[in-house]
Amino acid sequence: MVDGARAYGLIVAMWVRSTVAYRASFLMAVAVNFAVTGLDFAAIMIMFTHVDALGGFTVAEVAFLYGTTGMALGLADLLLGSMDKLGARVRDGTLDTLLVRPVPVFFQVAADRFALRRLGRVSQSLLVLGWSLTQLETAAWSAVQVALVPVMVLSGTAIFGAVFACGAAFQFWAQDASEVQNSFTYGGNTLLQYPPTVFATELVKGVTFVVPLAFVNWLPALRVLGRDDPLGLPGWVDFASPAVAALCCAVAAAAWRRGLRGYRSTGS
Amino acid sequence: MELIELDGLEKVFTVRRSAGRLRRTRHEVRAVDGISCTVRRGEMVGYIGPNGAGKSTTIKMLTGILTPSGGRLRVAGIDPARERTRLAGRIGVVFGQRTTLWWDLPLRDSYALVRRLYRVPEARYRANLERCVELLDLAPLLHVPVRQLSLGQRMRGDIAAALLHDPEVLYLDEPTIGLDVVSKAKVRGFLREVNAERGTTVLLTTHDLGDIEQLCDRVMVIDHGRLVHDGGLDALHAAGESERVLVVDLERPTAPIAVPGARFVRADGPRQWLAFPAAASAAPVLAAIAARYPLADLSVREPDIEQVIARLYTEGRDGGAGPSGRG
Repeated sequence: MVDGARAYGLIVAMWVRSTVAYRASFLMAVAVNFAVTGLDFAAIMIMFTHVDALGGFTVAEVAFLYGTTGMALGLADLLLGSMDKLGARVRDGTLDTLLVRPVPVFFQVAADRFALRRLGRVSQSLLVLGWSLTQLETAAWSAVQVALVPVMVLSGTAIFGAVFACGAAFQFWAQDASEVQNSFTYGGNTLLQYPPTVFATELVKGVTFVVPLAFVNWLPALRVLGRDDPLGLPGWVDFASPAVAALCCAVAAAAWRRGLRGYRSTGS
Repeated sequence: MELIELDGLEKVFTVRRSAGRLRRTRHEVRAVDGISCTVRRGEMVGYIGPNGAGKSTTIKMLTGILTPSGGRLRVAGIDPARERTRLAGRIGVVFGQRTTLWWDLPLRDSYALVRRLYRVPEARYRANLERCVELLDLAPLLHVPVRQLSLGQRMRGDIAAALLHDPEVLYLDEPTIGLDVVSKAKVRGFLREVNAERGTTVLLTTHDLGDIEQLCDRVMVIDHGRLVHDGGLDALHAAGESERVLVVDLERPTAPIAVPGARFVRADGPRQWLAFPAAASAAPVLAAIAARYPLADLSVREPDIEQVIARLYTEGRDGGAGPSGRG
């Protein structure tokens, strides 16, 4: 694990240096990433010029949801987002060159084609989150509410990261499966930007119990914002995000091991 | 000392094939079908066979990329499939067609990464790099981004990268494919040097007979997943009854040349083609021709290894076992 993280850092450093070798193109990519990810927040703002509340949530509250899920996805995307290129490596056989190095292949694949431009989404989401915190009445927040914010961002990062890793593991069998995983990560992120109250209960149940994306921000955010849970779940669920994240990571690790074992016995 | 041990090594793939619209049938492909052999420390072995014979599959099992379906396998005492990452530190692998170098960074940076990933001690690394740079003429290339290197330069760069951590075994998959004559000579010279200096065991797959002739004292031929020959190159030629071809240019057209030890093949004006056994020396044949015919020029064509192997395999199939029996 420590070895893997060290190797991850070394390989990431190589990609960063490769990227900044083309400085202008890198700066442009960051700017584009920042702008494109900002567009959907612009859409939300435009919506609020016509309405005062969305599903009972104010603009600051929606911005809080937007910022937290954006941070979580942005960090997961930065750290593991390139894993969906695994299918290409399986197809052209270059995965073999990673398998003969003395470091765990998971970390090599995770670091592969590390894209620093993804800082664009992270910084844009951080800005929105910061703005929402200035608008919310945070002065009355308890220590628990304050502590929940970083906890939910980190748990959310782990949950999205686990989805990325599961998606990558699946590519050992189906090399073009990245679209399925994208619908959960990028698609899930778009879902989580809006209050759960605007969606059908079945959908909310689905992202709570099946693919637990609701734990990225919805459930803990309801506690932070002092709102009721549309599903009426017990209160401790709002604090369950770290445990859910750990569970997701365990599932992802098992899927990864299974996929790698499958690859090594079939050679795909 | 035995460094590599294979005992009845097998790899079976299950292939699904569509039969009709929805039905799919499964059938088994035995890519490696019971190979047994050992390689001693310091040997240089050529591993050859036609495309799809099972060469790459064997190499992938030896490096731990693939898990064998049956049989026993040890490399430096390690079971590759079970301890792949531990083995990785003790072997070097060069995939001829797939570079491990960093495309946009200077060659030197790729080596620095190897040093840190493999945790090579600084002094060792510097000595190894210096030696590689010297023997492979890499000095002018170290600061060049890899994308600007020619194929031959990149291959030299890749081979050096595989040797910086002092591997005990070096696997090379088609190391000279697509290289020009000068690059080939450099690569071959370097491999001989490394083998002699450090006693690195070298196992290489190739389609180039020159690689085998200049590097390997032992040749293993695999076909349809079985070992059909294991021994020296001479024995291979003898077994395959391969012939070298002498192309003789005379000053004027003559009757077909008849000299002992050579067989007339065909003539085209003043040019004639003669065949003689690959294992025999060309000298007496040349002397006999020069003494009796108006010789202008001549050249010798080496036998085609693929043909030798093809002949070997048909023999094996006809019931006559190869020289070392069937794996």
